[in-house]
Amino acid sequence: MKPIAFTLNGVARTVTVDENRDLLWVLRDDLGYTGTKFGCGASFCGACTVLLDGREVRSCVTPMSRVAGKKVVTVEGLAQGDKLSPVQEAFVEHVGFQCGFCTSGMVIGATALLDANPKPTRAQIIQGLERHLCRCGAHLRVVDAVESAARKMAGGAK
Amino acid sequence: MIRQDEEMIVPEGWGFVETIDRRDFLRLTSTGLLVAFAVKPPDDALRPVWNFAEQQRTPPDFNAFLHIGANGRVTLFVGKIEMGQGIITGLPQIAAEQLNVPLDRVDCVMGDTDLCPFDNGTFGSLSVWRLGPVLHAAAAEACAVLVQMASEKLGVPVAELTVKDGVVISRTDASKAVSYGELAGGKKIERRYEGQAALDKVSEYTIIGKSYPRPDARAKVTGKAMYAGDMVPTGALHARIVRPPVHGAKITSVDTSAAEKVPGVRIVRDGDLVAVLHAHRDEADQALKLVKTTFTPSPSALDHENIFAHLETVAVERRQVGAAGDVAAGEKSAAQVISAKYRKGYVAHSPMETHSAVASVAADGKVTVWASTQTPFPLQTQVARALKLAPEKVRIITPFVGGGFGGKSASQQAVEAARLAVAAGTPVRVVWSREEEFFFDTFDPAAVISIRAGLDGAKRIVSWDNDIIGSGGRGAAMFYAVPNHRTMTKGGWSGNQGGMHPFAVGPWRAPGANANVWARESHIDTLAAAAEMDPVEFRLLNLQNPRMRRVLESCAKKFGWTPKPGPSKRGFGVALGEDAGTYVVNMAEVKVDPATGAIRVVRVVCAQDMGVVVNPEGATQQMEGCIMMGLGYTLAEEVRFRNGEVLDRNYGGYSLPKFSWMPKIETVILDSPDLPSQGGGEPAIVGMGAVIANAVFDATGVRITRLPMTPARVRTALAKL
Repeated sequence: MKPIAFTLNGVARTVTVDENRDLLWVLRDDLGYTGTKFGCGASFCGACTVLLDGREVRSCVTPMSRVAGKKVVTVEGLAQGDKLSPVQEAFVEHVGFQCGFCTSGMVIGATALLDANPKPTRAQIIQGLERHLCRCGAHLRVVDAVESAARKMAGGAK
Repeated sequence: MIRQDEEMIVPEGWGFVETIDRRDFLRLTSTGLLVAFAVKPPDDALRPVWNFAEQQRTPPDFNAFLHIGANGRVTLFVGKIEMGQGIITGLPQIAAEQLNVPLDRVDCVMGDTDLCPFDNGTFGSLSVWRLGPVLHAAAAEACAVLVQMASEKLGVPVAELTVKDGVVISRTDASKAVSYGELAGGKKIERRYEGQAALDKVSEYTIIGKSYPRPDARAKVTGKAMYAGDMVPTGALHARIVRPPVHGAKITSVDTSAAEKVPGVRIVRDGDLVAVLHAHRDEADQALKLVKTTFTPSPSALDHENIFAHLETVAVERRQVGAAGDVAAGEKSAAQVISAKYRKGYVAHSPMETHSAVASVAADGKVTVWASTQTPFPLQTQVARALKLAPEKVRIITPFVGGGFGGKSASQQAVEAARLAVAAGTPVRVVWSREEEFFFDTFDPAAVISIRAGLDGAKRIVSWDNDIIGSGGRGAAMFYAVPNHRTMTKGGWSGNQGGMHPFAVGPWRAPGANANVWARESHIDTLAAAAEMDPVEFRLLNLQNPRMRRVLESCAKKFGWTPKPGPSKRGFGVALGEDAGTYVVNMAEVKVDPATGAIRVVRVVCAQDMGVVVNPEGATQQMEGCIMMGLGYTLAEEVRFRNGEVLDRNYGGYSLPKFSWMPKIETVILDSPDLPSQGGGEPAIVGMGAVIANAVFDATGVRITRLPMTPARVRTALAKL
């Protein structure tokens, strides 16, 4: 057990935990951030994806030792108050979800993707989200949403 | 975020009801207009689905409520649940349409056994198809009652009144008006809808048939939407349960001494249930690893290859599910008889949310379970029996469900959570690991389907002998114009008759129909090739049903199908199906890599006649979802197992459809105003195996009779050319 300081959705936090514990369960069970989901526990599905210093990581296999001193952003941290992020808005507009369980990770993954590549091709979006699983089959809508978010963020026409 | 109106509390995203308690409900319904209405059990075709939950109580004579309060808000109380399929939009649309209120004035409370009347479960594409018409009629009844009250209050004859946006208003004098809220408030009016009420004409619909934003969208993109595993009652502990390594094994000893020494760990036993509890899930995981167990070996010698011979020989009675004419005589009149045997393996439901439940016991002994379940009411009975309680001492609350696909018709995890909560004396969270999900899932059963069909000199199908093992009868009904046919089934997805299967099986999106339609439509294609006819023209030649012909012709037009006998090398496929009352045709274009055997599905076109469409966008999303999900069982998904051990326990070896698999998807919903709304959650998936198998045949000349069509199997088949 040791104190680990990091930034969570812009707020400085310190948790005293075993540094081998994974971020997912510290978020969900210690801090009450349940927006980040458990899907497979082995980094295959992407439901637990969060941003770590702006890059997408699978929180189910990210030990707290790696989180120390870093910035963590979860799905709860994307909106500014009531104002959804452009990616979130696009997911709402294009209905980039059905059951919603993969959506937190999907939205985070799309956010990281557009941050790294603001003008992705459709093929790059597909490649970028490849490791996010969706069982409902909302894939088409998700890709449409990310394309639309990219256009909006670039200031282009909708 | 909770919206609080003068008398109604509905959390963000509707349906999410954990903050409404019985008191709120009684307060809410103590005044206003409450219409109770009954949903009749479906017809014989759906009876096997309806009877799935054997533990059910006798349904009361009504099983849904519609309430209108003093604030003019309409609340639907239905036992259905929202698992992504979108009835959270569709059902309120139906009520809003007939009541003439804006859609955003309708709330929907779902899947709560304390608040909602009995419902058997959310499956079989029944919600809009079967609940919809009765909800519609109940709304008409409510509207009639309110208009009658308005007539008395305003002194205006009923015939001179109309309703706009929840206000009853005189057609001739706009100053004479009274709102639903004013009419319903301060009174208690109860009605039971049993008869027939006059419904709006389809041509007059203003809300049904339009697409609306989903009310759960914002909650789902912000992480605020709550699922069962997100519920944390005070003092709740995660439970990780000691499990056998293989099916059929029994625990002989458990040594928890090392796990007990971990700080914060509690060991709880309830009979055969032994669990490690900890406030943090990951720490419970670690402690579980310290538990030493011994088990008896599994008696099963079955694996994913020898299972088919077992299914054929296991002694389970055959039943006839459909027949006409004389198959033997028909065969005698045939110019050629073609036989084939089709085999498919077990498929997992694999919702992204594993089976989850949180149970809490109140001081008065009442047990509340938040569960990811498709069957809250049968589950209530199941939990009550396990705890030896009266059903009313158990409340099941169903928050948003993270995918079901039939797999959450079984809810073992909720019984486990309830038993452990009672044993531990503290709330308990049971969230299955992905490995538990792959182990305890009620898989789509493996199947062996034999078809022997005769073709006469005029290229008409004159006999059809269909012997189905494992997948049951759904989807196997003969809609082609075949004078002599017979379909027999042995076993099915409901229960595990005669120990046919080495583990539990259950309903998987359009249960059995995926296998049965695949076999039939593959065989029809084989007959078309034998007749040297284009697959669409051959089907039209053998099809009289005008509704199916129309769907086929519409799909062909959208696809741009031009006639050519297969294999045409174009890689085009077609498959027809009927499911949940909906007629569906899929067409696909594939490319097959001869070196790797990999199948690339380039394009899928799907046309449906589903009657009146309540929410076209929602229906389209279901079709798209069916197409994507269908790629899985067709191309990759098969649960591997050996001697009781499930070998695929996570997504490393078991692959769900991925973004890169996505074909170009085009959907057509036929205008069908004369037919009531039919089912929409499943039909578009039933033809996916066949349409791709037929396209692969068209591309390569190879008929593959085993699902999934993995690259290795395709390579092997190509090598035999």
